[in-house]
Formats: sequence, C-alpha cells, structure tokens
Amino acid sequence: MNLAWRDIRHNLGRFVMTCAGLGLLLAVVMSMIGIYRGIVVDALTIARAPETDIWVVEAKSRGPFAEASRIPGDTRAAIARISGVEAAGALTYQTIEAGVRGRTARLYVIGYKQGAPGGPPVMVEGRHIARSHYELVADRSAGLEIGERIRLGRTTFEVVGLTSQQVNSGGDPAVYITLADAQKLQFDLDPAAARIQLARGGSPASRETVNTVVARLAPFADADTVAASIRQWKHLGAITQTEQEAILSQSLVDRARRQIGMFTGLLLTVSAVIIALIIYTMTMEKIRHIATLKLIGAPDSRIVGMIVQQALALGLIGFALGAALIFNIKDFFPRRVILEADNVLLLGGVVTLVCLLSSALGVRVALKADPATALGG
Amino acid sequence: MIETSRPDTRPIVEVRNVSKHFGEGETRVDALRDVSLDVRPGEVIALLGPSGSGKSTLLNVIGCITEPSEGKLTLEGDTVYDGRWLRDDLRKLRLEKIGFIFQSHNLLPFLDATDNVAIALDLAHVPRADARKRAIELLDYLEIGHRKSALPAKLSGGEAQRVAIARALANKPRIILADEPTAALDSKRAGIVMDLLRKLAREQQAAIIAVTHDEKIFDRFDRIYMLRDGRLESESAAVASA
Repeated sequence: MNLAWRDIRHNLGRFVMTCAGLGLLLAVVMSMIGIYRGIVVDALTIARAPETDIWVVEAKSRGPFAEASRIPGDTRAAIARISGVEAAGALTYQTIEAGVRGRTARLYVIGYKQGAPGGPPVMVEGRHIARSHYELVADRSAGLEIGERIRLGRTTFEVVGLTSQQVNSGGDPAVYITLADAQKLQFDLDPAAARIQLARGGSPASRETVNTVVARLAPFADADTVAASIRQWKHLGAITQTEQEAILSQSLVDRARRQIGMFTGLLLTVSAVIIALIIYTMTMEKIRHIATLKLIGAPDSRIVGMIVQQALALGLIGFALGAALIFNIKDFFPRRVILEADNVLLLGGVVTLVCLLSSALGVRVALKADPATALGG
Repeated sequence: MIETSRPDTRPIVEVRNVSKHFGEGETRVDALRDVSLDVRPGEVIALLGPSGSGKSTLLNVIGCITEPSEGKLTLEGDTVYDGRWLRDDLRKLRLEKIGFIFQSHNLLPFLDATDNVAIALDLAHVPRADARKRAIELLDYLEIGHRKSALPAKLSGGEAQRVAIARALANKPRIILADEPTAALDSKRAGIVMDLLRKLAREQQAAIIAVTHDEKIFDRFDRIYMLRDGRLESESAAVASA
C-alpha cells in the first residue's frame, strides 16, 4: 500500500496547485538558464557566421566585438595573398537606431564585401544582396519584410532578404549591407561637419577603413602559424577563431553570465527553501497520523519513504510542469531562450537533489514523532 | 472479580513493581510508583484516576512505548522489560502482540475503512489481497461492512471507532490497550462499543486494558483500578456479566 500516493490522491487539488506553484518557480529558473545560454549563443553566432579561421584586427586590440578595432581597408587584399589563406573578407560592425514603422529599433549593421566571407550565412526568405548599394538583408527578428524600405543614416535601403538567428550579444538583430554602404554609414561625416572640416584646412576623412578582416584558411594551413605571420605587421593583430570565441564567452558575456548565474542560484535556493517548507508543513499536518503509524508498528523506513516519495513527486511534477511551460512560451521572450537537453536534465537532477535534501527536515520531524502522542495525554 | 471459565488463566499482562519517573532532583516527577497488575485472557479492566495520576503512563509502559524506570513487564509469558528492554525491536513487538484503540480513533484520513484496517496487516507483510479480505471480514464482524469503502470523514463517531477497533484486531493481538475508547461517543454508542470489546475479549481470549472516565460504561469492566499519584490504589469488584 503506497501511503504517499494515497495521501496525494486524497488531497489531489491542493497537491496539484502546490506543484503548479513550484512549477512556475522552476520555469523562472529554467528561463534564466535559457536566457544565459541564449546570450552565449547569440554572442557566438555573429562570430561564427563568417565561418572564418582568423580575425585580423587593430594591433593590441581584442576586437572587433570586445574592443574597438579600425584597420585600413586594403588589409583584406594583403591578407588574401598570404600563403594558406583561401579567402578573406572585410567587415564593419556598428549598432544604430533606426525608425521601423513608427518605432525605434536597435540594429546591428554588418557591412561585408560581396563574394567574400562575412555575409548572411543563411537566407530564409528573399535573396542575397545583388547590387552594390542600397540593398539590405535583415534578421527576421528585426520585424522587417521583403520590399520594405528603411532609412539608415542618410541612406534609404530596401530589404531584399531575410536571415534568421543573427543577433549580437546584446540581442540586437543584425542587418547586412554592402561594405561600401557600411563604410559610408560609419565613417562619413555629416555634410555640415565635413564642410567645417574642409574650411579649417582639413582633408576629407577616408572611408577606406574596416573593423576587421576575416580569413578563411585552406585545409592544410595552420591557424596559429598564419596568425603569427600576420602579427609581424606591427599595425595588425590576429585572433584565431578559438581565441575569438573565448573572448566572447569569457569576456564579453562574463558579467551577464555571472549575473544570471547568481540569480539562478538565488532562485534555486528559494526553490529549495520553499520545497523544504512545503514538505515540513505536509509532515507537520500528518504528525499525529505518523505517530499512529509508528504506534501500530510501522517501521521508520515506511514513514521516511512516504515523506521522500511525496517530496520527489512534488519536485519532479513541478519540474515537469515548469519545463512544459517554458518550452511553450520560450519563443515569446524578447531575447532568445535556448533550452538544451543537458542543461534541463542537469536542473532535473538538481531539483531531485534539492527535494531529497529538503525532505530531510520533514523526515527529521517524523522520526522524532513520539508514538505516545497518538494515544494522547 | 467475576470468575469466568477460561481455558488459560495465566496472565497475559504482568506488571511487577513498575515505577516510572521523569526528571531528577527537584524536578523529579514520579508518574508510576511500584505498580503491579495482572490481566488474564478474556478480562476487560479499567484504569481510572484524575488527570496526571499515571494512567496514560501505565498504558504507554504496557504498550512498550515508554521505558519504565524500574520493575518488570511480561507480555504473553515473554518478559520484555526487566530493568532494561529485553527486546530490540519494540515496534515489531507492538505490531504482533498489541492492538491500540485511541480516544479519537486516529484513522488515516486518506485511506478508506477497509484500508485503514488493512494497513495494520500490510505492516505485518500480509499480501494485499489477503489483508483486504481479512479487513472486510473484521468490518463485517463489527457490523460495519456496509461502510467498508467510506473515508473516515464520512463515518460517524461510532462507525469510525468500530473501524479503529477492527484495525486494532487485525493482527489478532491478545493485548488491546484502549485510551478513552468511548470519550467521543454518546452513551448508547459507548455501550455498543464496550459490549463489542467485551465480546472480543471473551471470543479471542484477549486482555483489554482501557483508560476511561466514562462512568456510564463502568459496568462493562471485569475490574476497575484507581490510580492516584502514580500508585495503583484500589481495585473495585466488577459488576459486569459475561
């Protein structure tokens, strides 16, 4: 006779409501883990999109994501000529705010050289940029549609294609334009400012600047060797793809990771306290029945089993409800929420452990219950 | 004491010079002082006394719940306490030898009447089907079989107490300890319950020891003991008929 199940069935409504409450709490824990994974993946997505092996940046810079980097535009041609480099692309990155259908949207503008690494990796709708100017491919999360026109800086672009899952570490959707357009957008002065500069005897600022050059290597080439040879140019730095990903995950999102990690830990602690209190309360409500069971000969193992089973049922049903909830609503979050099976299973394990530890409080009370209390004074 | 013909007149419960005190020095409280008592098969005895006189302590000592400070306790010829507990597993001893009936029935609210009885058999590792069969037989015997599927909350006080009695009898114990078994019942139902206990005592040659204050049922006991300040002071003659 399973006393735990019979007790749950007797108070099914209350038990389900308790599980639902715990499920909501665990859904928040899971969403925090998913948001963290989303931040890491988002940060890495842009770095992985060019499918490159080496990032050439300004000397002593950890750019172009963690630090600013500006290098001459002709660097791409020089890099492309290095032995072992299969292809090289010049890229610019900048975040701008643009008006989209009456609202202000933050966009992560990526300028790339057509035909070279660094363009939109996948097209889910429309086509790649075909013309040299005024065309744009946007991430679907920007909310733009094919054929829509959008003004960036002083130039109006037409959306010709949509890509997906391309956002920066801040969650801003990426839009791709040609390198020339991006350089104009990033480096051209406002006409009034340009006139003042000319009047003061200055020369027009050069647009021939990029933030980075990415190099895709031939299969036989060693990334570290090629990077070392690039570093011989004193004005350039070279970061391998592995180093770039380490910079992004350890440096750029480190604070967010620690922040979310701390919050998740806090939520797990709160969950543990709540589970412990629920189990304790459930045990205290049954203390006379537990005393009766002990009096009529129930072994401690039977009573401990009842409490532990109820604690596990509470935790695991709450976890299942929480997981079902978060899996169904994760796409409605403003930022990407990524729930990976191993993370969810790990949390399930943690919840199980928390339930076992939390039930210890109830078990302690139950084991201390004096059978004589069943008989009364 | 009424002498009735009994196949075995050796005491089932033998309490010899049992004392129990709590605390030491100035805070010492003597709950039982040199108490001796024999209860034979088929006997139904009552323990009376004012609050704090030691009735419940004596019941707890006989039920192997509270360890005496000194003395000797023998149950069914098996000495279980003689200056110290002589049995390691008192839980098993209670399960096998003693049935408990409580003042407020103490049925498990999440089990129906049948399972409230069957739980005692379940704890003794009786297979579930056999346990339920025996439970239903007991409920029928106590004329409450028609309520076998009812939860305790749906039972009247008298019905619940009969289910509790069935649970106490499930493992066929020969010692039944009852703590105010009729306190929650009206006089009519109290009489019915006591008649039932007397019938059980006779038919199963069990010893029943009840703590009670209920004067209406005094005539149902073979012997009545008065406890005062931990001493078993007097024994009144029984007025019950077999």
